Amino acid sequence: MDGLDIEIKEKTIHSVIGPNGAGKTTFFNCITGFYKPEAGEILLENHSLVGLMPDRIVRLGIARTYQNIRLFPDLTAIENVLVGMHAHLKSSYLGIILNTPFVKKEEQEAEAEANRLLKFVNLETKANMLSKHLPYGDQRRLEIARALATRPKLLCLDEPTAGMNSGETQAMCDFIQSLRDDLGITIMLIEHQMRVVMGISEIITVLDYGKKLAEGTPDEIKRNPKVIEAYLGQGSAAQAH
Amino acid sequence: MEQIRAIWRYGIKVGIIGGIVLILTALIGMIEVFTQRQIIADVVSMGHALYLAAGLFICYLAAERTTPAKPLWIISNSMFAGLTTAFFLVLLIILGRHVNLRLMFINASDLLLNNLLTFGVQGNDGLRLLLIAGMGVGLFTGLFYLLPKFLRTVILWSLAGSAFAGVLQELIRPILANNFPDVISEWLLTSDGLTLKGALSIFIFIALIVISWSIKGGGIRQGWQGLPKKQQSTWRTIGTIILLAVILIAPWRLGLFMSEVMTIVGLYVLLGLGLNIVVGYAGLLDLGYVAFFAIGAYVTALITSPEIMNLNWSFWSAIPFAIFFGILAGVLLGVPVLKMRGDYLAIATMGFGEIIRLLVLSDALRPFLGGSQGIGQIAKPQVLGFVFKGPQEIYYLIVAGCMLVIFVSWRLKDSRIGRAWKAMREDEDVAQAMGINLVSNKLLAFGTGAGFAALSGVIFGSKIGSIYPHSFNIMVSINIVCLIIFGGIGSIPGVIVGAAALIGLPELLREFAEYRFLVYGIALVVMMLIRPEGLWPEEAHKRELHEDKTNEATG
Amino acid sequence: MPTKFQRWKERITATDIVMWFIGFALLVFIILGSILTLRAGRYTPVQWFDFVIYGLAQGSIYALVAMGYTLVYGVLRMINFAHSEVFMSGPFTAYYVAAYFYRSSLLESHPVICLIIVFIVSMTISTLIAFLLERIAYRPLRNAPRLIPLITAIGASFTLMYLFRGLYGTGFQAYPVWEIFSGKWALFKGLEIGKIQVFVIFAAALVMVALYLFIQRTRIGKAVRSVSEDKEAASLMGVDIDKTISVTFIIGGAAAGAAGVLYALVFKQVFFMMGFIPGIKAFTAAVLGGIGNIPGAMLGGLLLGLLESIGPALFLDGFNIAAPYQLKDAIAFLVLVLVLIFRPTGLLGERLAVKKA
Repeated sequence: MDGLDIEIKEKTIHSVIGPNGAGKTTFFNCITGFYKPEAGEILLENHSLVGLMPDRIVRLGIARTYQNIRLFPDLTAIENVLVGMHAHLKSSYLGIILNTPFVKKEEQEAEAEANRLLKFVNLETKANMLSKHLPYGDQRRLEIARALATRPKLLCLDEPTAGMNSGETQAMCDFIQSLRDDLGITIMLIEHQMRVVMGISEIITVLDYGKKLAEGTPDEIKRNPKVIEAYLGQGSAAQAH
Repeated sequence: MEQIRAIWRYGIKVGIIGGIVLILTALIGMIEVFTQRQIIADVVSMGHALYLAAGLFICYLAAERTTPAKPLWIISNSMFAGLTTAFFLVLLIILGRHVNLRLMFINASDLLLNNLLTFGVQGNDGLRLLLIAGMGVGLFTGLFYLLPKFLRTVILWSLAGSAFAGVLQELIRPILANNFPDVISEWLLTSDGLTLKGALSIFIFIALIVISWSIKGGGIRQGWQGLPKKQQSTWRTIGTIILLAVILIAPWRLGLFMSEVMTIVGLYVLLGLGLNIVVGYAGLLDLGYVAFFAIGAYVTALITSPEIMNLNWSFWSAIPFAIFFGILAGVLLGVPVLKMRGDYLAIATMGFGEIIRLLVLSDALRPFLGGSQGIGQIAKPQVLGFVFKGPQEIYYLIVAGCMLVIFVSWRLKDSRIGRAWKAMREDEDVAQAMGINLVSNKLLAFGTGAGFAALSGVIFGSKIGSIYPHSFNIMVSINIVCLIIFGGIGSIPGVIVGAAALIGLPELLREFAEYRFLVYGIALVVMMLIRPEGLWPEEAHKRELHEDKTNEATG
Repeated sequence: MPTKFQRWKERITATDIVMWFIGFALLVFIILGSILTLRAGRYTPVQWFDFVIYGLAQGSIYALVAMGYTLVYGVLRMINFAHSEVFMSGPFTAYYVAAYFYRSSLLESHPVICLIIVFIVSMTISTLIAFLLERIAYRPLRNAPRLIPLITAIGASFTLMYLFRGLYGTGFQAYPVWEIFSGKWALFKGLEIGKIQVFVIFAAALVMVALYLFIQRTRIGKAVRSVSEDKEAASLMGVDIDKTISVTFIIGGAAAGAAGVLYALVFKQVFFMMGFIPGIKAFTAAVLGGIGNIPGAMLGGLLLGLLESIGPALFLDGFNIAAPYQLKDAIAFLVLVLVLIFRPTGLLGERLAVKKA
């Protein structure tokens, strides 16, 4: 990646698209602290993120999901969500052992919030199932619920509709939109399926070989000749309509 | 042709393996040593029981493998398995007549080859008897295999129960004598084994329990679930109180030997629970855990013993120091290994553990730590003049320690910190991406585990009175890891069950100490192959199974 | 924009500082110790030469055993804890053959043939044990979570150790002495070199080169390498994974069997626990060289042997520590831990050791 300059505005749904190997996931990994960029700066509300550990970055308000779902397989659904809330809980070691009123209250509240989040993603009946035994679509939504539990300002979704059929994809799109509308979270999206991207994003950035090829609203992108040439090609252009 | 070969091929295949296994069993002297203990007095010795059980097992495997599973074929395969196995033994005996096997295999005694293996009949008659017995066992097993599954289960449980009672009869005797009228003891036991009628009654007794449980058991479980929550919790409290009472009076009812065994098991439970936090919860495989145990014991020794530092403080004052230094060491040794994972972590921690042991053992540090001579005269705990000196008294100390550690583990398990640990265990990168600080949470796990180990070190040091570096070798760490995994990783009751099975049972069978680690090793391998989740797995899995059932019922 | 110092403070962790401190302290300790020892001049050059030769002989045995660890780690990503018992089983069994030769005085009349037979027996038994170990204990667990094969390996290690204890007894058995290897050759300026050390170094080098060529040149060897690089790709290319893994264990077993005889020739005794310490050392050697890397195992073995033999005298004696030689095992373990901490890829390793497999 080089010379990449992307600005994400608050409360938008911003998609990043590009062919395979364009550096989309690398871009995510840099934002969330798994890779360190060799040069350059990443700012969240004027706070520099470069070189911070991933757990600090989460606390600052960026959460993510993974392209190949990475839940905690041997934890239950609700435990997965509770792990996401870790950073916002304050129970101390001694407090936990003595089970102080503060810890009790905090645990109750956390559980209530986790249940609320599970309900939000339609998983409230499966709270006690091990996440590895959930069906695929549920796992996707659970992963988002877990990310939401970190109370992010910016949520990075890495191909949330991968491997879904069209009905499921539509449901996921509605869901993503409701995330922004109901919770007011800024969303950054990596996607392959043009229909999803064109349907829900407000701004689209097109990457190719780690460089920014174009940026604009879905309509602008659709009409951008460079994009059509480099990325959409003939077959995909037809699909986009 | 293929059809006809199916009549014998499985039997011969299994029989060859079985023959080799039985030859090895005989040559390592297990059968001969085990004949010294009678299961049923003057009828069956433990050696012969082992011998027959191995035969039965081999034939059973052959029967199980037979395809197509026609009754006649099952029996024929089972008989072929028995015959092949016996044939191998016959070969061994004949070889033993011509070559002096003892030059190589020290346990290949004349008694074994020409008497025990042939059921006491000598010469060629013995060989013939052995072959016939092989077929007989095969026939019996084949027929047994054809019984309905329910009957098989009942018979197996009852047989295992009687054999178990026979093996442990020396333990059972004082327990019976202490707690029950003499009649029972006389009915069941002679001076060196079960009586025939005793064995039969145990067999029938267990059979009745198994049968009635399988008829009534489901009903009882449903009845329990049908009870209102409040009543359930009352019953649970009552159960806990009874359990506590049993635990508290146990040492005085079970005698000195059992108390000693229980203290040893208790110490390992304590150690196991500590390591369970590190390995089971946080997924950090620590093979140098014994170092913290050693630190606890040595701190106690230095503080309370007149040797070396000559402080002579009391046992109780040693506890906070030991735990403090244990935790400190846990954190200090934790820092360098923070970035390691899996096997690498295991090896690095093992290295630390060995370095510490070698340093303690060395002459270089002898003026400070006693070197190979160790440190003696460690203080016994005292409360208002009451001295915890024998195993029956120390037992209470250990029970108190275990309760404390169980309590702490249980509180942590489903807390914010416990969840963070489990998340790290499942996927470290994602855990970090969910806002979990790996450094502090790992160090918390290392510190907690080390603190528990130091606590058990304190009790251990004071229990045995003088400590030596060789008590703290790598085997202890490996034993603890194994008992955790054997019992069910991450599970508190699993640790207790694992310690009882891997530490307690071998202690009870001390006279066969020679084979202790062999059986231990085999048990580990077999366990990992057939039931890797352990004897008593973590709750989440059970909770989920339960959930699945209710879902099926409603949906 | 935050100031430079703030940025730095947010990004440097306490862990880093502790690690720098540990590394620095050790470096100072080693350098100071060496300077003090050398200034005191307690050892003559002849003694240093002896240390080096002993170290090389010991190291080449470690290197041979380390091959087994490294090969298995390459294909299965597991530490074959039971490899130390593979190392023990061969020479322990071959002892009875050697003892027979000794009793029948064949050893005196045909020492070379006897030695070859002892080697063959030992290597056969070790190979057999390694092969069976994989088939019975490891193969069914190919896809199990990582802890499980490790525990199985520990269990298998116990089983083998105590099986051989049951078969052959608990005692130390004294290996017969080959007259051709006793004594020393005089070199120039009063330097002498033990015949047995020379033999061990050469024999080990021979076996290692043979195995290395086998792995580099033959089809099966190439299969082994391809499996250790990428199992799935290898299987797509038509490599029989099961067979290749068996071959890996067989090669490792043969090397361990040869190493075992060399070990028995140097230390002149065998017993059922003889594998434990050399096993751990050999594993250290494999890690030191870069696990999964065959030349690395050789280099690591030699280096570890040298460090163990020279280390106590060089680093510790200068501090006037009582009996520094007792700490040679501690030095070996320290090397292991330090390599894991500061260079987990080992000296020649390309693979990232911290990666999650």
